[in-house]
Amino acid sequence: MVFPDGTHAVDDVSFDVRPGEFVSVVGPSGCGKSTLLRIASGLERHTSGECEVDRSSLGYIFQDATLLPWRTVRRNVELNAELQGMPKEERAAKVEQAIKLVSLTGHENKYPKQLSGGMKMRCSVARSLVLNPKVFLFDEPFGALDEITRENLNDELIRLFQSERFAGVFITHSIAEAVFLSTRVIVMSARPGRIVADYQVPFAFPRVHDLRYDAAFAELSGKISHDLKGSHS
Amino acid sequence: MSEATDGITSAVAAVEANQRRRSGEAWWKVFLPPVVMFGAVIGVWYFVSYVMMDERRRGIALPPPHEIVDKALLVWHPKKGIRPILEAMLTTGRVALIGLLIAVVLGMTTAIVMNLSKSLERAIFPYAVVIQTLPILALVPIIQLWFGFALTSRVLVCVLIAIFPIITNTLFGLQSADRMHHDLFTLNRTSRFTRLWKMELPGAMPAIFTGLRIAAGGSVIGAIVGDFFFRKGEIGIGRLIDNYSKDLRVEEAFLAAGVSSLFGIIIFVFFGWLSNRALRNWHDSARGRT
Ligand SMILES: Nc1ncnc2c1ncn2[C@@H]1O[C@H](COP(=O)(O)OP(=O)(O)OP(=O)(O)O)[C@@H](O)[C@H]1O
Ligand SMILES: [Mg+2]
Repeated sequence: MVFPDGTHAVDDVSFDVRPGEFVSVVGPSGCGKSTLLRIASGLERHTSGECEVDRSSLGYIFQDATLLPWRTVRRNVELNAELQGMPKEERAAKVEQAIKLVSLTGHENKYPKQLSGGMKMRCSVARSLVLNPKVFLFDEPFGALDEITRENLNDELIRLFQSERFAGVFITHSIAEAVFLSTRVIVMSARPGRIVADYQVPFAFPRVHDLRYDAAFAELSGKISHDLKGSHS
Repeated sequence: MSEATDGITSAVAAVEANQRRRSGEAWWKVFLPPVVMFGAVIGVWYFVSYVMMDERRRGIALPPPHEIVDKALLVWHPKKGIRPILEAMLTTGRVALIGLLIAVVLGMTTAIVMNLSKSLERAIFPYAVVIQTLPILALVPIIQLWFGFALTSRVLVCVLIAIFPIITNTLFGLQSADRMHHDLFTLNRTSRFTRLWKMELPGAMPAIFTGLRIAAGGSVIGAIVGDFFFRKGEIGIGRLIDNYSKDLRVEEAFLAAGVSSLFGIIIFVFFGWLSNRALRNWHDSARGRT
């Protein structure tokens, strides 16, 4: 991917993701991770190469929750479905269900400014869940949250992944988060971003919170950390 | 005019700051300062009226407050005292509100069109600036020629004054939409209209309300100024003040001036309240429930 100003952001990156796979991408800041997602989602046109994504039902979680501040939680969760013309009754049922899945029940009538950072992100996830996405793209969704909130949301996300079985691509700076969530972790180099390492994550599902304290977990995290260090030079 | 709108803008800020401070304070801290200040103003007024002026000038230049009350405020008569003043105020107020309404409709439409593309914005913006910078005084002969000497021309003056803050604030509001919100709507393949209706316009509401408050104040000033120039039809408060001072009916002139500024304050407070009501759930400028 080369931007009009000549910035060469993503180079020779190639992978595919199937339903039931969850691929995390880690890499130094500015290497082109967001660009990769923007291309995958169709927000950006790639300048060369190929990109094939089933965009019929696509979930996209931005770095910020991007809630509309004048809408309540319920109306925010409804937004994607509403914009895509889902019939009202079907919408209402799905919204209800999505709010329950992200444990925001009871907060439906609150406005975003009344929510904590973690609740906002949950609301944002619910907004995509309403579409039953087959492909789910995450661009550092929990980067702004504290460690505990982030781990809680990771636990919830992995439950969601187990029940919904979408194809997931997850961008993050946290190696622990990547290993915990993913079936596969891709490490990218500094700009122009190339793939420098590619790991299958062997841990079986269902994954539980304590997996994080496992020796194998630490070993894999260490390897990825090492590759990431090398990729910075 | 720009002086007037500047004054109003800073007054908007002052009122907002005040509202923020006010919640949770003892009542006397809220009411005592303005009462003391009012007393001081009246005191200075008496001082100027009695100490600094001789009897002849006092009657003409600055009658003391109690004479305004006696000779104007408490007189109820079709041709004297407060009644014609209130009637004229009603006329002027109506002109101001009609002008404001037209300015809101035209101004918001213009801003929405300008927001469609950079080229349209570039093409239209100079005209908006021209409207703002042309002195109304210079336009009076032309307006007379085209629209005559009656109420229509007065309404037009209001529109000319009120439309610029509506256009600029609406445009600013529309353009300050978050880039990621745009991405969100792009991902859902929404039409241009839906984007405007469900994202840009609601997001622009705080800015639009700011514009509305400035425009409302400007429109009231415009209606009073218009009274002076376009004298046919129902008599407005501006013309009444002019008549009274020419006829040396000083007390009534002062009362009329007082009533017109009171009207301005009421309009201002009303739009502040309206904006607060509309935005309180989500915008920081309004006092929220949390
Ligand atoms: N529209 C654009 N025009 C020009 N350059 C761009 C554009 N968008 C991104 N870039 C550049 O491309 C590079 C990759 O950007 P990208 O946002 O994909 O990085 P990232 O890997 O997501 O970084 P971070 O981890 O900090 O979010 C950066 O150097 C950025 O400056
Ligand atoms: Mg990024």
